[in-house]
Amino acid sequence: MGNETETPRIAIVGGGPAGMRAAGLLAAAGLRPVLFNEAPEPGGQIYRRPPPPLRTVLSPARLYGPDAVRAMALHSDFEAVADRIDHRSGTLVWNIMKQEHGGFRLLHQDADGGQGAHNCDAVILATGAMDRILPMPGWTLPGVWSMGGAQVMLKGQASLVGRRPVFAGSGPLLYLVAWQYAKEGGRPAAVIDASTFAAKLRAAPMLAARPAVALRGLAMAAALRLRGIPVIEGAHADRIEATDTGMRVHWSSSTSSGQIDGDAVAIGHGLKSEQQLAELLGCRSRHNAESGQWLIETDPEGRTSVAGAYLAGDMAGIRGGHAAEFAGELAAWALLADLKHRDNASRRAVLRRKLSRQDRFRRGLEQAFPFPQHRIASLPDETIVCRCEGISASALRRAITDWQPADVNRLKAMSRCGMGRCQGRLCGQIAAGLLTAQLGRTPGDVGHLRAQAPIKPIPGSQLIVEKGAVE
Amino acid sequence: MQNPCVTFHRINAGSDRALIALSIDGRAVTGLDGDTLLSVLIMHRGALRRAEAGGDLRAGFCGMGACQDCWITLADGRRVRACSTLAEAGMAIVTNLDHGQ
Amino acid sequence: MNSFAMHGHARLPRVCIIGAGIVGTATAFFLARSGCDVTIVERGTVGGQASGVNFGGVRCHGRDPSELPLAMRSRTIWNRLAELIGHDCDFEAPGHLKIARSSAEMDTLTRWFDIGRAHDLDVELLDRTQLMRRFPWLASDIVGASLCKGDGFANPRLVAPTFARAARALGASVLEGSAVTAIDRLQGGGFRVSGANFNALEADVVVNAAGAWAASLGLPFGAAAPTVTRAPQMFVTEPTARFIGPVLGLVSGDIYLRQSVRGNVIFGGGQGHIDPGGIRSHPDETTFARTPALMRNLIPALTHTALLRSWTGLEANTPDGLPVIGTSAGHDGFIHAYGFSGHGFATGPGVGETLSELILRGQSRIDLTSFHPDRFNTIARPAAL
Repeated sequence: MGNETETPRIAIVGGGPAGMRAAGLLAAAGLRPVLFNEAPEPGGQIYRRPPPPLRTVLSPARLYGPDAVRAMALHSDFEAVADRIDHRSGTLVWNIMKQEHGGFRLLHQDADGGQGAHNCDAVILATGAMDRILPMPGWTLPGVWSMGGAQVMLKGQASLVGRRPVFAGSGPLLYLVAWQYAKEGGRPAAVIDASTFAAKLRAAPMLAARPAVALRGLAMAAALRLRGIPVIEGAHADRIEATDTGMRVHWSSSTSSGQIDGDAVAIGHGLKSEQQLAELLGCRSRHNAESGQWLIETDPEGRTSVAGAYLAGDMAGIRGGHAAEFAGELAAWALLADLKHRDNASRRAVLRRKLSRQDRFRRGLEQAFPFPQHRIASLPDETIVCRCEGISASALRRAITDWQPADVNRLKAMSRCGMGRCQGRLCGQIAAGLLTAQLGRTPGDVGHLRAQAPIKPIPGSQLIVEKGAVE
Repeated sequence: MQNPCVTFHRINAGSDRALIALSIDGRAVTGLDGDTLLSVLIMHRGALRRAEAGGDLRAGFCGMGACQDCWITLADGRRVRACSTLAEAGMAIVTNLDHGQ
Repeated sequence: MNSFAMHGHARLPRVCIIGAGIVGTATAFFLARSGCDVTIVERGTVGGQASGVNFGGVRCHGRDPSELPLAMRSRTIWNRLAELIGHDCDFEAPGHLKIARSSAEMDTLTRWFDIGRAHDLDVELLDRTQLMRRFPWLASDIVGASLCKGDGFANPRLVAPTFARAARALGASVLEGSAVTAIDRLQGGGFRVSGANFNALEADVVVNAAGAWAASLGLPFGAAAPTVTRAPQMFVTEPTARFIGPVLGLVSGDIYLRQSVRGNVIFGGGQGHIDPGGIRSHPDETTFARTPALMRNLIPALTHTALLRSWTGLEANTPDGLPVIGTSAGHDGFIHAYGFSGHGFATGPGVGETLSELILRGQSRIDLTSFHPDRFNTIARPAAL
């Protein structure tokens, strides 16, 4: 690290609740952090603010529901420290490297299209999460959105993806988005919930760690039913097709089956962390059996295996917006303590306790709404698994048979799955699941798709690094 | 078969957002100030592009810049993600929607 | 060059090949096809190093004349890949266009033109007007080019694994995760090859096809050719409309480029960094900015095409840019095949067939004099690692 008398340079990547709280604390500590936010506005996904021309269309209550007060507090607290943060909006960090003599170097693409580089002594990564998707035949059709995507249109564009969407999947977002659509003039055609009442009951003790949230979920399901919207539990959307009049979702459960007609479909089974920058740094990860994902290892305060690199928020594991705020603040405290800049051990202890309560709730969510990993093995052959490259389950199964790949990166090399623009974000877990199922391997053996820079496509015209622009 | 219902339904049609004039494949269209290019394309064409591998229609998916399904091209050659790009007056979008499969 | 057969042995030689890149796996295939007992020992995975991550170019164009017979022998095999090993590995031959940006570079092309024609290659020189007419998407600041028909590309990820699979089907063993820790000469002739993860192998002939690590591995067996390891950097773009037919290169070598069947543009130029330990490598930041800029200068239509990934691989280069193929004096039975200096992928299949000839018959129809391991004996040997 640099000269102790110099102010340490801190970078934060991600402008959601975790990044915002981390930035606020570091600003208050006089460190003027640099906050890189890919989006033009802070707030992440959960506290997304619509573009300025839409600010008056939806009130905070309509945008954030019961989280409205929290959202407004977060935004106003952030605005209060805005002049003490170097805030880079619309800036994508697409690579990060350890520096030979300590610290990190971030490469970024700016809103105006230029490229830049930033050196720092420590970094807090808080790049959040994206939808976790189980594909089915028809999922790439126009009119099919991820659960998060359906919500983004509502919050960010004051639009509904359909007046009668079919919502299918599992997790708290399923009921939340269906409910939001119902309240905003839509009439969901149905909610198809993969989780069973029994699973939710089993998870009840852990869900009780956050009673208000748990009850809210139950209340939304009840309210939807009261409006006459079919809620089918323990059922999966097997296939989606486009008809003359809209979308048709074929579903089945262990006891029944049917089809629902609507004008759009939203699918998703909760969220998965976006960890590519941490992987590029070489942070250690481990397979998490509950979620079926590989997660970067962190200590309770957000430290990774790479000194000076911290994780916070949903990027570290899906715990939701409240937890993200605590985790962002806690990671910033940990960083300050590690820099010997200042410390507040009691506040860190409080935050750790709050977070461990959130963790119980998170594990409850995973138990109530598990990702239907078992359905990967039985995906119909014609299911598109890699939507970027148009690679079907049958093509992957053939590649697995032909090449007997030892791990999912080898499968990618031989099949092209994961080589497209999304770099395996959507298909990675599915490809790994097909591999474990077909060859009887373990997730530990099979691994996960290796992150590569740039973590998102960079338009060619923007690839000009001015070496003099290094900070 | 394309779903004729693929569009976005505005929640508050009575807002006082300014009209924005742009074009898609040379044809003039209007959007509202604050619309993303995704909204404009979905509301006017119900799709964004035909996929390279397979020629099937795509219309985006995640809306938050993660899935990379919504890349489109502007007339000046620029490649942008429709879900993350706000519509600006005079923007000219070029698609391959009219190219056969 | 001795051969096993020349010593009057009735049986076929047992061969141990070190390295499962394209050279090792192609050699194994041809040997197994002739009934040889072949085992490949590979530290990592089949085709996991340069053979799997290179540009994928397959050309005779511009080759040193001494390498041309190998390259042309390879070309025949490339064209018959599906028939030989069951998959064409996406091989296509749209031709190779080598571009000159100065009159001096054009002279280089003109000189090679004669060599190419002397070897019956279909080469054509193009001036600027002809180039602009046939390839209007090229930048206008080029002086001329040479076009060699019959050259092309293949998918590097598939080739070594496909050769390995075909070799296995013919009885060869391919051991992955099997680093070699010792090679000992046996009293009665032959070698013992051992490692931590496999039972020691006894072989009559050892083939050193260990790529960037061959020079140090083979040092006790006369691998005197000092190699310099480099990490060329590659890039791939998103798919875009197909309009680039031939594989492109510059005389200067600054950039080389091709468009895949799916429309992705794959290009390379410049160097990355070799990681400590010497087994992995990673891209360089300046190269990351510079090479795509060169690409945009060469083909303006690709100005906005989005970059998806950049990667590097490790290649061994010899002082004269020619490979090391053969046995060193006094080291009968230990055959070196490394130092391909960036040409290993294109010539690999031909090298494999040539080595199998060498092993089975004591000689090859290809003149290997220029590749002799002892040609650098006047140069100080590097200290053993």
